[in-house]
Amino acid sequence: MPDLGIDVLFKGTNMLRLLQGLWVAMKISIVSILISMPLGILVGVLMTVKNRFVKAIFRVYLEFIRIMPQLVLLFIVYFGSTRALGWNLSGEVASVIVFVLWGTAEMGDLVRGALISIPKHQYESSEALGFSKIQTYLYIIIPQTVRRLIPLSINLITRMIKTTSLVLMIGVVEMLKVAQQIIEANRMSSPNAAFGVFLVVFVLYFFACWPFSVLARVLEKKWN
Amino acid sequence: MKKFEWKSVLALALTGALALGLTACGSSDNGAAATGSNDAGSKAVYRTLDEIKESGTINIGVFSDKNPFGYVDENGEYQGYDVYYARRLGEDLGVDVNFVSTEAANRIEYLQTGKVDVILANFTVTPERAEEVDFAVPYMNVALGVVSKDDNVITTLDNWNADDSIIVISGTTAETYLIANYPDIPLQKFDSYATAKEAFENGTSVAWANDNTEVIAFALQNEGYTVGIPSLGSADTIAPAVSKGNTTLLDWINDEIASLGEENFFHADYEATLADTYGLDYEDSLVVEGGKVTAQ
Repeated sequence: MPDLGIDVLFKGTNMLRLLQGLWVAMKISIVSILISMPLGILVGVLMTVKNRFVKAIFRVYLEFIRIMPQLVLLFIVYFGSTRALGWNLSGEVASVIVFVLWGTAEMGDLVRGALISIPKHQYESSEALGFSKIQTYLYIIIPQTVRRLIPLSINLITRMIKTTSLVLMIGVVEMLKVAQQIIEANRMSSPNAAFGVFLVVFVLYFFACWPFSVLARVLEKKWN
Repeated sequence: MKKFEWKSVLALALTGALALGLTACGSSDNGAAATGSNDAGSKAVYRTLDEIKESGTINIGVFSDKNPFGYVDENGEYQGYDVYYARRLGEDLGVDVNFVSTEAANRIEYLQTGKVDVILANFTVTPERAEEVDFAVPYMNVALGVVSKDDNVITTLDNWNADDSIIVISGTTAETYLIANYPDIPLQKFDSYATAKEAFENGTSVAWANDNTEVIAFALQNEGYTVGIPSLGSADTIAPAVSKGNTTLLDWINDEIASLGEENFFHADYEATLADTYGLDYEDSLVVEGGKVTAQ
């Protein structure tokens, strides 16, 4: 078997540091997901509002977030907030803000899409049965939307986890940065370490995202 | 239309809540972090020497993946030539050092926003950068170099074959120099040293342009590579940098480097951190002692 250089991970506290890096990445993404999913559902409902003013605001918001690369958003929030407003956000807080803004926008659009895919007669039938507007959403529309949303939002969630690899650009030492540090520190003794270390990073990312796929499958099965 | 009104109200409330949430995050963090980074009304983003001493901690931006200048060892401790000096700086200032991991592309931004007090991340002095930040006196010499594979050694950048590209790291002097002087050469840009190295080793480009110390070390450590162009462009220096206008800290660092020259501190630094990589042959040509560049 070729030397993959995985042994560098067993030097000192390297493996522990890599796992701590994963923990940093997971903390940022899970906090962001927990905030942006409910916010996204709310935004999605509001995007279907017929009021043109409200629609325009959310349209601009969504397009802005969608067009901007996440890296640019991170720079704007981390450095821009200090320049323009004098806030001194930590890298982690800046990351969570960007991920929440991004997650909310994309989740909102997914919810909007799912909502308008619900046939009109569902609304009309529920009105005919005497449901109020809120009851219609609560008991008829949202339960159906959520089912359509599961696969879509799992995509978004795993994308959010993987995109934490960008936060190293604003000084947050997460898993990928630790991996690069380990590779570099050992570039003389184990020049091949890059492959082995990135392989382990790949496996760790997989196990970070996989539970969400399992959860999605379980939920889809349960509701079918 | 009236029945939709509750949604509009909700929309407004949500927008408000978002804005409020952002403000709250900002202010709560403000309290914990830098005092004096934003004194009421004053535009100064940096902390003066006295403010740093008072807080008991100096924030120093270093590389965390650039062995042997700034890297993290297997116990999670920062090490390297820049870090060795950073530790001494904190010691002489009587404060703890908080190392901040920076990338080549965000070093200036860190100083301009006062998120670090000093950058000691292998920062080459250039006129363009000197407009954005204040450099202290230098502690190292550097020029550019180009490394390539043994079977296709690049010794000149003239008559370049347009199908070949050169790897550079974004935000480094190599990138600026090549764009200004060889605009026809296609560049492959990477954000970090590790990714650039990975790409070069996988043969995505015929050559890699970087500081000559880097390419010399790379060729010494990796079989099959040769530094075809050991010195490209003008000889530059590496110096500590502080936020523009932070004169109290700048003056202190200048005095510090001058006095460290008396004990040959940077030679000791070289022997402790760089000798393993470059050998002792390069010691006098690479080290700048006491801030005074001697003709090479």
